[in-house]
Amino acid sequence: MPPRTLLQADDVRRAIVRMAHELVETAPDGARLLVLGIPTRGAVLARRLADAMSGVVGAPVAVGTLDVTLYRDDLGSQPTRPTGRTQVPADVDGAVVVLVDDVLFSGRTVRAALDALTALGRPAVVRLAVLVDRGHRELPIRPDSVGRNLPSAKTERIRVQLTEIDGTDGVTIE
Amino acid sequence: MSDHLLSTRGLGRDGGVALLDIAEDMADTQQRQVKKLPTLRGTTVVNLFFEDSTRTRISFEAAAKRLSADVITFSAKGSSVSKGESLQDTAQTLQAMGADGIVLRHPASGAAEVLASSGWTRAAVVNAGDGTHEHPTQALLDAYTIRKRLHGDASRGRDLDGVSVVIVGDVLHSRVARSNVWLLTALGASVRLVAPPTLLPGAIGGWPVESGIDLDAALATAPDVVMMLRVQRERMTEAYFPSSREYAALYGLSADRAARLPESSLVMHPGPMNRGLEIAGEVADSARSTVLEQVENGVAVRMAVLYDVLAGRRGAA
Repeated sequence: MPPRTLLQADDVRRAIVRMAHELVETAPDGARLLVLGIPTRGAVLARRLADAMSGVVGAPVAVGTLDVTLYRDDLGSQPTRPTGRTQVPADVDGAVVVLVDDVLFSGRTVRAALDALTALGRPAVVRLAVLVDRGHRELPIRPDSVGRNLPSAKTERIRVQLTEIDGTDGVTIE
Repeated sequence: MSDHLLSTRGLGRDGGVALLDIAEDMADTQQRQVKKLPTLRGTTVVNLFFEDSTRTRISFEAAAKRLSADVITFSAKGSSVSKGESLQDTAQTLQAMGADGIVLRHPASGAAEVLASSGWTRAAVVNAGDGTHEHPTQALLDAYTIRKRLHGDASRGRDLDGVSVVIVGDVLHSRVARSNVWLLTALGASVRLVAPPTLLPGAIGGWPVESGIDLDAALATAPDVVMMLRVQRERMTEAYFPSSREYAALYGLSADRAARLPESSLVMHPGPMNRGLEIAGEVADSARSTVLEQVENGVAVRMAVLYDVLAGRRGAA
């Protein structure tokens, strides 16, 4: 079956704007926000989300990347993965950290991200924002902000495309 | 990416850059509040050292521990090796004890290759120096140190294209020189070897390097890097040069010689140094010297190597 488009570029854009409002509104008063994306596409989404959040709060929102490779629990099941860069521009201690990824699936990447994050410090609150929640969780993890819930069969492939990496915005399933 | 690290030969530009990039990420993790990573939890690494070494052994040990591997250090002195146990018996014992990785230092050239291809053990083998053959992690940390000094935070993804390196001293007995020749040239650097005629290997014609016997002429080319090798008296079975004084005069990096180098030129030494012989103390302690950075970078580089050979599925490369 050819890939089927589930979200168009416009849907992606609207989802990010809505998530930005949601995340700012639910953040505690006076919170210091720190948006951290999980490479590769989560990092791109994090930058867009932080831009949108900056517009809502009327001040710059700190944004960075958090590589989770060294904290994964499935390293031994495939050839060695290249590591990615972690860049955290602000103190994690006491911050309201928004973790960002493109697709939430088993939850194992987020589990690894929580470990990577606590190695950097002790956030006041951690929130999870994902563009797509496709179900099939293997761990007790749920997102705080979701662009779109897309129930899928476990064998299907959901692909998020972002202009910065793929030349176009959209979400497809095959 | 690979099952073993035996040599820098065959790593190639991309393989070298990939390892150096992982080392960058490893170095970053060592700036965190919690420096220990869970990556190799449940993995056993054996440091198998048939030759004296302090800094390499400690560096590998620190690297393995930072990645949460269990580390067993096995020095030939005080073990049954001194009672005549062979490499085969030792390797089979370690296999029975469940070693996942073996870091091997051995006086015989080719020992790591023998261990990796023997079938005595299924462990991943990392060559930590075999005779006069290779010392790949030293070359990787040297390349890392050069790249870091030249490019700083913008090092990732870069090779050493156009960098000129002069390697000076006991090339004949130096596994560090050999590993550096293969790695640095693969990364795009040009390498010139300088040594007394008695300490230049005969096979050098096939190496991708220039060579000469005149240190002052080599320094006059304004190299980006001058790498001084240790005079390895323990491997010298005959007189390779008339006297230490003459060696120091002709091939030692004195303060005068260092002063003729461009200000940006780096001075490297793999340690341990013979101060006053191949390098003057004041040069070793000067701002252009990278000696302490090399030691510090060694841990990140060895973390990257252990990660590379141990974290992924074996045989998947």
